[in-house]
Amino acid sequence: MSKPVVATTSLAGCFGCHMSILDIDEKILDLVELVEFNKSPIDDIKEFTKPCDIGLIEGGCCNSENVHVLKDFRKNCKILISLGECAIMGGLPALRNGIPVQECLEEAYLNGPSVSGNKKGILPNDDELPMILDKVYPCHEVVKIDYYLPGCPPRAELIWEALAALITGNELKLPYEVVKFD
Amino acid sequence: MSEKIKFTIDGKECYAEPGQNVLDAAADNGVYIPSLCHVRGLIPAGSCRICNVKIAGRNMTACTTPVEEGMEIENDTAELQDMRKAIVEMLFVEGNHFCPACEKSGNCELQALAYRFQMMVPRFPYEFPLRKPDSTAPKLWIERNRCIKCKRCVRSIKTADGKNIFAFRKRGHEVEIQIDHELAAQMTDEEAKKAADICPVGSILYKEKGFSEPIGTRKFDKNAIGSDIEKVV
Amino acid sequence: MENEIKSIVGKFNKDPMRLMDILLDVQAEMDHVPEEAVELIAKELDISNVDVEQTKSFYHFFTDKPQGKYTIYLNNSATANMMGRAEVAEAFEKAVGCKFECTSDDGMIGLYSTACIGMSDQEPAAIINGHVFTNLDPYKVRALVASMKAEKPIEEMVEKYGDGNNSSNLIKAMVNNNIRKKGPVLFSEYETGTALKKITDMDPQDVINEVKNSYLRGRGGAGFPAGLKWDFCRRAQSEERYVMCNADEGEPGTFKERVILTEMPQRCFEGMAIAGYAIGAKEGILYLRYEYKYLQEYLEKVLNDMREANLLGKNLAGKEGFDFDIRIQFGAGAYVCGEESALIESTEGKRGEPRNRPPFPVQKGYKDQPTVVNNVETLCSVVKIMEKGAEWYTMMGSRESAGTKLLSISGDCKYPGVYEFEWGIRIRDILEMVGAEDVQAIQVGGPSGTCIGPRDFKRTLAYEDLPTGGSMIIIGKERKLLQDVVRNFTEFFIEESCGSCAVCRSLTVILRNKLDKIIAGKGTQSDIDDLKKWTKYGKMANRCGLGQTAANPIATTMENFMDKYEDLIQKEVEYDTGFDLAAAVAESCNYVGRKPNL
Ligand SMILES: Cc1cc2nc3c(=O)[nH]c(=O)nc-3n(C[C@H](O)[C@H](O)[C@H](O)COP(=O)(O)O)c2cc1C
Ligand code: SF4
Ligand code: SF4
Ligand code: FES
Repeated sequence: MSKPVVATTSLAGCFGCHMSILDIDEKILDLVELVEFNKSPIDDIKEFTKPCDIGLIEGGCCNSENVHVLKDFRKNCKILISLGECAIMGGLPALRNGIPVQECLEEAYLNGPSVSGNKKGILPNDDELPMILDKVYPCHEVVKIDYYLPGCPPRAELIWEALAALITGNELKLPYEVVKFD
Repeated sequence: MSEKIKFTIDGKECYAEPGQNVLDAAADNGVYIPSLCHVRGLIPAGSCRICNVKIAGRNMTACTTPVEEGMEIENDTAELQDMRKAIVEMLFVEGNHFCPACEKSGNCELQALAYRFQMMVPRFPYEFPLRKPDSTAPKLWIERNRCIKCKRCVRSIKTADGKNIFAFRKRGHEVEIQIDHELAAQMTDEEAKKAADICPVGSILYKEKGFSEPIGTRKFDKNAIGSDIEKVV
Repeated sequence: MENEIKSIVGKFNKDPMRLMDILLDVQAEMDHVPEEAVELIAKELDISNVDVEQTKSFYHFFTDKPQGKYTIYLNNSATANMMGRAEVAEAFEKAVGCKFECTSDDGMIGLYSTACIGMSDQEPAAIINGHVFTNLDPYKVRALVASMKAEKPIEEMVEKYGDGNNSSNLIKAMVNNNIRKKGPVLFSEYETGTALKKITDMDPQDVINEVKNSYLRGRGGAGFPAGLKWDFCRRAQSEERYVMCNADEGEPGTFKERVILTEMPQRCFEGMAIAGYAIGAKEGILYLRYEYKYLQEYLEKVLNDMREANLLGKNLAGKEGFDFDIRIQFGAGAYVCGEESALIESTEGKRGEPRNRPPFPVQKGYKDQPTVVNNVETLCSVVKIMEKGAEWYTMMGSRESAGTKLLSISGDCKYPGVYEFEWGIRIRDILEMVGAEDVQAIQVGGPSGTCIGPRDFKRTLAYEDLPTGGSMIIIGKERKLLQDVVRNFTEFFIEESCGSCAVCRSLTVILRNKLDKIIAGKGTQSDIDDLKKWTKYGKMANRCGLGQTAANPIATTMENFMDKYEDLIQKEVEYDTGFDLAAAVAESCNYVGRKPNL
C-alpha cells in the first residue's frame, strides 16, 4: 500500500499551528515514514501534484485568496481537518467580525494611530490583491470540514494522535489534557 | 439531626437534607450534574439550563428543584448529555469567546464544560455579535463579549445596604450585563475581586491583572470540571 | 425635570414595586424616559440606577429618545402581513419621509413596528399616540400623515367609531367588536351582580367546590383546572392573598379579551371578586396590555360604577367583612408578561422574567403571597357557572372539555371575529362558518400552538384533541407558508424572549438563520435534519412556555408540511455551507472602489 498523502496550508493564521506540527519532536521522523507530504509550506510544494488523503488547514478565511485555496484543498483532499482555533472559529483575526469592513479599512489605512504617509488616503484596490471578506469565516462555514483539532496552537500530541488514528484506522482516544482551546 | 430524604440518581441511592436542591444534594452524594449558573449558597437562577435532569419524565433544572422523598432522577443519559453539550455550544456561538486571548482561559467554567464534553467545534454557526465592553468602573473591566448571562454577579454582588451593582439591560437575544457606575466607583478591592471570581467566564476582570498563572497550573488544565465532586465518595 | 419626577414617584408612595406605573407616567409625560429621569427615579426610590434601567429597557414602549410628536406603531404580525401590511408600511414611509424604526428629521412623526396589537380581525392596524387605527390602506395612510403634518389632534383623525361600546364617550375608538357568534356562557344575557349576591351566602370552600365540579379549565392556554388552582391558593398558609386577572393577550391572533373588556368588563371584575371571596383575597389586579390603553378611562368608570353599586369595595353585596377591590396594572409591551409569574414580576415593577417553579404563584405569587392568576375568559365563565350552577355548565362541551370557548379567528376568511363555540366542534365546521375556502393551513393556538393541514380538519377543538388558548389564524392556499408565516412567528419569539434562558435566547436565532438558509435556496437535506434535531432542545431545556414552544412554528410545520421544506432544498447537492463569495466581498470592493473578480 502506498503512503497516505498529506497537504497543509496556512490561511488567515500565524503559522503557529504549523510550528506545532513540527513540535512533535522526533516523532516527525515517524511521520515522514508514515506519510508523504504534498502541497505544503513544509516542503514548499506550491500546487497539488496528486490527489491527497488528508488536508490540514490552519487559519480561517479573511479574503478571497483564502477561499480559493480552501476550495482547492477541498477538491484535492479526501479528508479535510481544521487545525487550531483560527481555522475552527476565526481566531484572533475574527476580532474584527461584527465591525463593518469600511471601519476596519479606515482604521487600517486612514485613521489608525500607526498610519503615516498615506496623505492621499489611498485604499488598496489593485485587481491583483485578494478581496477582503465581510468577516473572517471559520473554514467549515466555507467548505465541508471533516475533523477539528482545537488549540492555539493544538498540542503536538493531539495532532500526532489524530493523524496516527486516521492513518492506522485505530480508534482515537484523547487524554483530557490534550484538547484545549488555548 | 434532621431526617434525611432518600432519593435516587440513575439508580444510585442518595440522601439529602430537607430543602436541599437536587444539584447540591447530588454533589454531596458524589454525583456530578453538569452546571454553570449555579453557585452553592446563591439563590438559583435556573438560567443556563445545563443542570437539566429528568424527574418523573419531566425535564427540570436540578439547581431550582428541591429534593423530595423518593424522587427518581435521571442524570447521565445520552439525551441529556447531548442537550447539555448543545447548550454549551450555543453559549460559544452566541458570544465572542476568543479563548487564546482570554484572561480566564484555563479557569473558565464554560470552557471547562466544553472540555468535559469534548467539544471540538460547536454544531451551530458562529454569530459574531458586536458587543461593547465597559471599562468605566475603576477596578473592574466588563468584557461583555464573554458574558453568558448567568446572573451570578447580579445575585451575589450588592452594596452593604442591599442595592444591586449589576443588572441586566434589554431582553431576549439583546440582553446584556450592566454595572452601576456610581456604585462601582465605591467598590473595595475585595468586592471587586469577589465579582471577578464569581464570574464563571472572563467577563468580569479585575483590572491590571491577567495571565498570572502559567499554563498547566490552572484550575482545569489537568482536572475536568466536576472531577472533584466525583472523587468525594 | 426633578420636580416632575418627584411628583410622579410621590404619587406612587415612593414604592419601588410601582416602578412600572412610574415609568409609564414618565413616558407619557416626556415622550421618553431619559437617562436623567432614570437617575432621578432611582434616587427617589432609593434603588440603584441599573435596577431602574433594567425594567425600563425591558419593555417595548419605554424609549430612550422621543419617538415623535406622533408615534406610529404598526403591527407586524403574520396576519397583518396577509392583510396588506407591506403596502401600508410603504405608504407610511413615503408619506412621512423616513424608514421604519426611525423618527422623521423634524421630530414630528415616528415610524415603529410592534408585535400583534390584538386587532387581527381588522388588520392592517396601528396604534398612534394610544389611539388604534384599523383596516388601514395606502389611501388612508396618506390622509393620516397629511393630518399629522397639519398637526391635527389625534382624536380628530378617528373618523368613524366602531360598533357597541367602541363608540361610547369614554372609548371613542374605530375598533369593531366583530362578535360573530354568541353562546350561552360568555356572550349571554346577564345581570351584573347576580352571581356575587348568590355566593356571599355560600361558604368559600363550597364556591371552590362548585368551580371544581364545573370542570372549568384555564382559558389562557395551559388549561389548568380553575377550581383546583383556587383550592391550592386557599390552602396555602398566609395572611394575604391576591387575585390577578391576566389580560395581557399577547399571543398573535388573539383578540377575544379586547371584546370582553369592551362589552362586558363587569363580568370579568365580578369573576375576580368571586375568586377573591373564594380564596380570601382583598385585592385584585387586572394586568392589561399597554396596547389596550384606549380602554382605560372606560374601565376605570366601570370599576367606579361597581364600587357605587357595592359590588366592589367594602362589605361587598352587603356581606360583612367581604372587602375586595381592583386596580388596573398596565404592561408596556412584552408578550412574555402574559406568563403568569412574569406578569407578577412585572406588576412588582421588575423586568418580566418568568420565575422558576416551584414555588408556584398559588404558593408564592405577588409580593410573595399566595396568588391566583386567571385569564379574563376563565373568570367570566366562573360568573356564569355560579349563576347557573356547575351541572348546567358541564352539559355543554365534549367529554373532557366542559363549557364553551371563545375563538379569535383571523386570516384568510370572510368573517374574521370572535366566536363562542361549545368545545368539541369540528375544525371543518368552523371553517364553513367563517367562510374560509381553499385553506392551506390553520395556526391553532397562535405561534406557540400548532400548524395543521387539511388532513387534521376532521379533528375537534378540545383539551383531549386539539387544545387552544383561542387564536385561530387561517392561511390560504396562495400564502408561502415558510416565508410568510413560519419565519414571522420565529422572529416574534426572538423579539419577545426575556433572555434569561441560554437556549431560549439563542436557539430561536439559530433556527431562524437555518430557515433563512433554506428559504434562500441554499439548504440541503442535512439542514432539514439539523432543524429536526435542534427544535427539540427548546422544549426540553427552557424555563417557561415561551421558550418551550418557540420552536413550534418550525417543528409543527415540519411535521405537517415537510414538502414545503423539501421543495426548497437542493436535491442534487449533499451539503452546502451556504457561503457566497460574491456577497462576502461586495462591501469591501464597493468601499475601495474595485470590481469584484470572482
Ligand atoms: C409566554 C406566555 C404568554 C402567555 N400569555 C398569556 C396571556 O396573554 N393571557 C393569559 O391568560 N394567559 C397567558 N399565558 C398563560 C399564563 O401563564 C397562565 O397559565 C394563565 O394566565 C392562567 O390563567 P388560566 O388558568 O385562567 O388560563 C401565557 C403563558 C406563556 C408561557
Ligand atoms: S458578567 Fe459574568 S457573572 Fe455576570 S452575568 Fe455575565 S457571565 Fe455571569
Ligand atoms: S424560556 Fe425564554 S421567555 Fe421563558 S424564562 Fe426562559 S428566556 Fe425567558
Ligand atoms: S446550573 Fe441550573 S440552570 Fe444553570
